[in-house]
Amino acid sequence: MAEIILDNVVKRYPDGALAVDNFNLDIADGEFIILVGPSGCGKSTTLNMVAGLEDITAGKLIIDGQVVNDKAPKDRDIAMVFQSYALYPHMSVGENMGFPLKLAGVDKGTIQKKVGEAAEMLELTQHLDRKPSNLSGGQRQRVAMGRAIVRQPKAFLMDEPLSNLDAKLRVQMRTQVSRIQKSLGTTTLYVTHDQTEAMTLGDRVVVMRGGIVQQVGSPAYLYAHPVNLFVAGFIGSPSMNFLPGQLRGNGMVTTALGEMELPDRCRQAVERSKSSGNVILGIRPEHFEDASLVPGDKQGATFDAPIDIVEAMGSDVFAYFLMKGEEAHSADLDDLAKDTGNDLHADGVPITARLDAASHVQRGKTARLWYDSSKVAVFDAESGNNLAPGDEDVESSSAGAHRA
Amino acid sequence: MQTETTNRKLMWWGVNVLVLLYAFVPVVWIISLSLKDDATLNDGNYLPVSPSGDNYAAIFTNPEFLRALVNSIGICAIATFIALVFGTMAAYAIARLDFPGKATIIAVSLLISMFPQIALVTPLFKIETALGLFDTWPGLIIPYITFALPLAIYTLSAFFREIPWDLEKAAKMDGATPFQAFRQVITPLAMPGVFTTAILVFIACWNDFLFALSLTSTSAARTVPAAMSYFTGATTFEKPTGPIAAAAVVITIPLVIVVLLFQRRIVAGLTSGAVKG
Repeated sequence: MAEIILDNVVKRYPDGALAVDNFNLDIADGEFIILVGPSGCGKSTTLNMVAGLEDITAGKLIIDGQVVNDKAPKDRDIAMVFQSYALYPHMSVGENMGFPLKLAGVDKGTIQKKVGEAAEMLELTQHLDRKPSNLSGGQRQRVAMGRAIVRQPKAFLMDEPLSNLDAKLRVQMRTQVSRIQKSLGTTTLYVTHDQTEAMTLGDRVVVMRGGIVQQVGSPAYLYAHPVNLFVAGFIGSPSMNFLPGQLRGNGMVTTALGEMELPDRCRQAVERSKSSGNVILGIRPEHFEDASLVPGDKQGATFDAPIDIVEAMGSDVFAYFLMKGEEAHSADLDDLAKDTGNDLHADGVPITARLDAASHVQRGKTARLWYDSSKVAVFDAESGNNLAPGDEDVESSSAGAHRA
Repeated sequence: MQTETTNRKLMWWGVNVLVLLYAFVPVVWIISLSLKDDATLNDGNYLPVSPSGDNYAAIFTNPEFLRALVNSIGICAIATFIALVFGTMAAYAIARLDFPGKATIIAVSLLISMFPQIALVTPLFKIETALGLFDTWPGLIIPYITFALPLAIYTLSAFFREIPWDLEKAAKMDGATPFQAFRQVITPLAMPGVFTTAILVFIACWNDFLFALSLTSTSAARTVPAAMSYFTGATTFEKPTGPIAAAAVVITIPLVIVVLLFQRRIVAGLTSGAVKG
C-alpha cells in the first residue's frame, strides 16, 4: 500500500525523442489509476519508469515518501502484470507464483501457504502443478495476476493485461480485476488503449497523447467535460459526433444541423475566449432523440436527418446519417482517426445518434430528430480546446488527491 | 481421393528411401570395410563375407591410437566447455545489451570464422613453437576455442533472441538481481540452445584434422584424425585400410552418443506458454 507521486517526470531517449513530457500525478493510497491513450502516447513508458525498467530523464518519482528514481525495480517493492503475461515456461503454476517469494528468501512453508491463498482467490488451485503451456489464455492471465498478488507489494502495475484475451473473457476478467483491486486495496496503475476499460475500471483516468497528459479526472468527469477534441473523441463509444460550426453574434451558432442557440455557460465562455468564430461542436450520440418522443417544452433544436443505416440494439436504436457540409478537421481528430485506422472520407458530416427503442426511424427515410443543445460541447476549431470545459472545482473534488 | 493419398504416401516413401540410401551407403561401406580381414579386403563385395574383429583388436592394442583417443576426448571436451562458458555470456550480451562497439565485435567474430584455416597454420606453428605450446593440449585447445567461439556466439545469440524480453523484465520486477534472472530464468530456457551449440562445437573440434596434424609432432597431443594418418600397414607396401576404417567407426561412436544424449534436451518449443503468440 503506498502513495505514488510523479513530479514533473520526463523521459527523453538518447536519440532525442521525447516520450513523456512533464508528467505530474499524485496517486493516493489504494487508488486505481488508468493511463489511456493511443499507441505511442507514452503511457507504457510512464509505467516502465514507475516500475524501474526505464530510467527517468528528469523529475522525481516518489513512492511512500521516498524518492526512488535510482532504485532498482527489486528495491521498489511493486509488482507488474505484463501484456504477454511473461510466465516462466519451465516452472509450474505454483512455482511461477511463488518465484517472487523464493527470491525474497521466504521459507517454503510460508510460500506454499501464500501461493495457496492466492490460487484460491483466482480459482487456480487445481492447476498449481501444471506448466503454463498447458493453460488457456484466461488461466495464464490469472497466473500472472497471482504472481503479482502473492507478495503483497506496495503497488500493482498493469500493462494492458487484458488485451490478449478474447472479447467475452476480457469483460469477465475486467470485473475480476476490479474486484481483486477493491478487496486488496492496493494502489494500481493500469495502462490500456481501450477506452471501455478506462471508463469502467478507474477511480481516475489519465488521458495521454504524444507524451503529454491531456486531462486527469474521474471517468464521468472526462466524459462530461473533456478539455479538448482529443479527449472528447477518445472517451465514449460510439464516439462523440463533431460538426464544424460558425459563430454568429448573440450566442447563435450555425452547423450542418441548422442554427442553434448556445447554452448560457458556453455563451459566456465563448465571448470571453475571443474565438475567431470557427468552432467545432461536439454532440454525444445519446443526446439525440426522435423529435416525436421529446416533450415539446424541452430545450433543444430539431432538424431533418436522411437516415442511412438503422441498428436496433433492443435497448436503443442507433441511427447513422450524413448531413451536408464539411467534415470537422483538426490535428486532434486526425490523430484519433489515425489511431483507430479510420481513414474513410465521407461526403458530409457523418453522425451517429442513439435513439430510444420506441423510435420509428427507418432506413432510407427522413426523420425529424432533436438534440439537447444544453449538452453540446463547443471546441475552438484551431486549438481544439473546449471553450467551456466546465468547473475546475468539480474536477478537484472528484479527484480526491489531485493536487490543486 | 483415397488413391491419391496412397500415391502421395508411396511417393514420400520413395523419396525417404532414396535419401536414406544416399546417407547410409558410405556409412555401411566403412563399417563393412572395418569388419573385413586382409584377405577379403579387396574382394569387391559390399558386405563382408566372413566378418572378423581383427581390425578392432589391432587398433585397440595400438598404444598410439588409445593415447590419441584420450587426447581427442580431453581436448575437445575442454575446448567445448570453455567456448560455451564464454560464448553464452558473450551471446547474451550481444542479444540483450546495447553497448558501443557491438557491431564491431560481431563483425570481428564473423571475420575470424571466415578466415581460411590453412592460411593460419604456419603463423600458428611459429607462435606455438616460440611459446612452447607446440605439441601440448593447450596448443590445440586454444586455437579450437578461437574457432569455436564465433560459432557458439552466433548460435547462442539466436537462441537468446528467441527468449521473450518480457521474461527478464518480469524476473526483475519479481525481485531478481540481473545474475539471478540470468541463472534462474534465462539459462534454463536457453538450455536447448546451449546443447545444440555444444554438439556443433564438439563436432567441429572432434573432426579437425588440419591443426591436429600440423600443431603436434608426437602422441602427446595428437588427436585421432591425425593419428589415423600415421597408421602403418604390416609391410611398407600394404595400405592400412582395415585399421583406418575401424578407427573411423570408433571415433564416430562418441559423436553418436553425444548427439543421442543431448537430443532429448533439444526439445523444440520449450518456451511455448511463456508469452501469448
